[in-house]
Amino acid sequence: MTDVLPTMPGLPTGETVVDDTPPMTETREEFDVEIKGTVGAPFVDDPKMSARHSNVFYGEKQAIFDVSLDIGRNEIIAMIGPSGCGKSTFLRTLNRMNDTIPICRVEGEHCLDGEDIYAPDQDPVLLRARVGMVFQKPNPFPKSIYDNVAYGPRLHGLARTRAELDEIVEKSLVRAGLFNEVKDDLHKPGTGLSGGQQQRLCIARAIAVDPEVILMDEPTSALDPIATATIEELMDELKSRYTIAVVTHSMQQAARVSQRTAYFHMGKLVEVNPTNQVFTTPQHQLTENYITGRFG
Amino acid sequence: MTATRDRIEATLRKRYRRERLFRFFGLVSLGISFLFLLILLFTIFRTGLPAFQQTWIKIDVDLDPAVLGVDRHASQDELFGANYAKAIKVSLRKIFPDAKGRKKKRGLKNLVSNSAPWQLRDAVMKHPDLIGTTHAFWFLAKDDVDVFMKGQIDRNLPESDRRLKDFQLAWIDKLLAEGRLEKRFNTTLFTAGDSREPEQAGVAGAIMGSFFTMLVTLLLSFPIGVAAAAYLEEFAPQNNRWVDFIEVNINNLAAVPSIIFGLLGLAVFINFFGVPRSTPLVGGLVLTLMTLPTIIIASRAAIKSVPPSIKQAAIGLGASPVQTLFHHTLPLAMPGILTGTIIGMAQALGETAPLLMIGMVAFVVDIPHGILDPATVMPVQVYLWSDSPERAFVERTSAAIIILLGFLVVMNSAAILLRRRFERKW
Repeated sequence: MTDVLPTMPGLPTGETVVDDTPPMTETREEFDVEIKGTVGAPFVDDPKMSARHSNVFYGEKQAIFDVSLDIGRNEIIAMIGPSGCGKSTFLRTLNRMNDTIPICRVEGEHCLDGEDIYAPDQDPVLLRARVGMVFQKPNPFPKSIYDNVAYGPRLHGLARTRAELDEIVEKSLVRAGLFNEVKDDLHKPGTGLSGGQQQRLCIARAIAVDPEVILMDEPTSALDPIATATIEELMDELKSRYTIAVVTHSMQQAARVSQRTAYFHMGKLVEVNPTNQVFTTPQHQLTENYITGRFG
Repeated sequence: MTATRDRIEATLRKRYRRERLFRFFGLVSLGISFLFLLILLFTIFRTGLPAFQQTWIKIDVDLDPAVLGVDRHASQDELFGANYAKAIKVSLRKIFPDAKGRKKKRGLKNLVSNSAPWQLRDAVMKHPDLIGTTHAFWFLAKDDVDVFMKGQIDRNLPESDRRLKDFQLAWIDKLLAEGRLEKRFNTTLFTAGDSREPEQAGVAGAIMGSFFTMLVTLLLSFPIGVAAAAYLEEFAPQNNRWVDFIEVNINNLAAVPSIIFGLLGLAVFINFFGVPRSTPLVGGLVLTLMTLPTIIIASRAAIKSVPPSIKQAAIGLGASPVQTLFHHTLPLAMPGILTGTIIGMAQALGETAPLLMIGMVAFVVDIPHGILDPATVMPVQVYLWSDSPERAFVERTSAAIIILLGFLVVMNSAAILLRRRFERKW
């Protein structure tokens, strides 16, 4: 069983890397284009989350170079880029999941609703209740479906009675589009579901704590096309309630699902623009090289 | 293409032959170990099973108030101090009037266990109205009689080489003919504490001592071991010199000779902290130190094997590291932790050397009722009995080993059952 911890290639970590494409070499001519700063429209008015001059280091090696980006309210922003470009790392700075990696160091300003989430008096536990995460490989707890979804609300004391908890579980499963399939089997183990159902269960689990932002790290890369389509539909419905940031390897998925797209390359943010602009008339040469399939 | 195939085929036979040879060796090794195990078990059971039976003698005792020194209306204290030994002696001489002379009289008394007067006393104190009557009582036979009844004394040896003399054998034959000698299930083995007299000796003291010692060991080593393992795996700073130092030492402690823990117990627990000597408390403390490395190492392996994805999911939902530990990591690591604990406990159950220095390798007669009563443990009982000269202790030693093995089988079965119950469900 491999773990999903994004790493820069060549880093000394104990975790196995899911994606083991070899590190990019710098000798190909497509890469010789300079990145002089982010092009396009990285900033929006009244952003839900924002990052300014974000730099992330794994020990001595720098993974994110001076990234500044806004995530707007109730929008879906897709982060694309070749393997190892830092998009997952950047995503994880937004809910302080990088805190669990001892050698990881985060610098810069990251804000949720204008407040710095890395301030010393900010509680990461509270942050993660407001900014939820869905991982690449579905990871339901080895408990019943009910207990999976109920774990978050129980943890944070969101329900005072059993009836309230039942309601939260049902509401979350309905919003995740899973309720009809499992409503008679809530006591069955969550690990007994199919891949697509498990991922929807993880999404239900994440939304059960009523977060404001949902971060999705390649949520459908381990699923078949039909399950993928179901989840993409779900994302579209969810955006009316939540702000969603999706890291994806699939450009088609980014094109289908998101309103804005951010293209990362070797730890730098190259371009941020409305999605259809990125995929039809990209501003930066590197973006164009990527989407036309010259690399990645 | 076919050239390659021919080459593969040529080597194929050799490969298959080597595999068959290897499998044969495997089976042979398995067979040899199994054979040794069978020999061991067979020898122990053959020697030990007779110990589960005990010979009893029926004597008609004349409870003459003149001999006893009390009558029916005496108080309990007076009944307690009556001369039961004399009553038994007198009754025995009535059965065998040819017992003349000091040697024969002593030989007669030695047919019956030294505990017979106390058995009689207990019976009379319960039913004082027996005084003045002649009543048949079953008494424990002395160990020599018992050993003879089990066929371990050869009649045909010259008299000087035997513990039972000819005149005693004649009396035993007479008692047998009258149906006054009987073998029953040896409950004394399970209800009595240790004794110098084999027929009165039992493992109850050692079992209770082992129980209390194991209780203390379990209650101390399990929480400390699991907490230490959880800390070292989850919370300790990585690549820190002090943490590495502690880890190396924990692993090395598992290899320290066990008697050294006894020395530590003597120096620190008994001398410095003043914990009472020979008690299950200090025994448990010493065995805890011995079992901790086993539990810590097994628990660390179990905790490490919990998939990080589960922990990530919990943290992503807003669980604190401690909540993640208790809600997810520990329950999923439980099978491995429990297995390690029970292996450690089974090891501790069989330990004698560390208990030597703290006074539990001793002749303790009373059955302990708590962790502060002086006690001994099962393996020590086996050792003490194996050292005793009486013939009857030979079979009792093997019987004690059988009982000890029984406990170990039970503990290991518990380990397997618990492991199956908490089986991995992810």
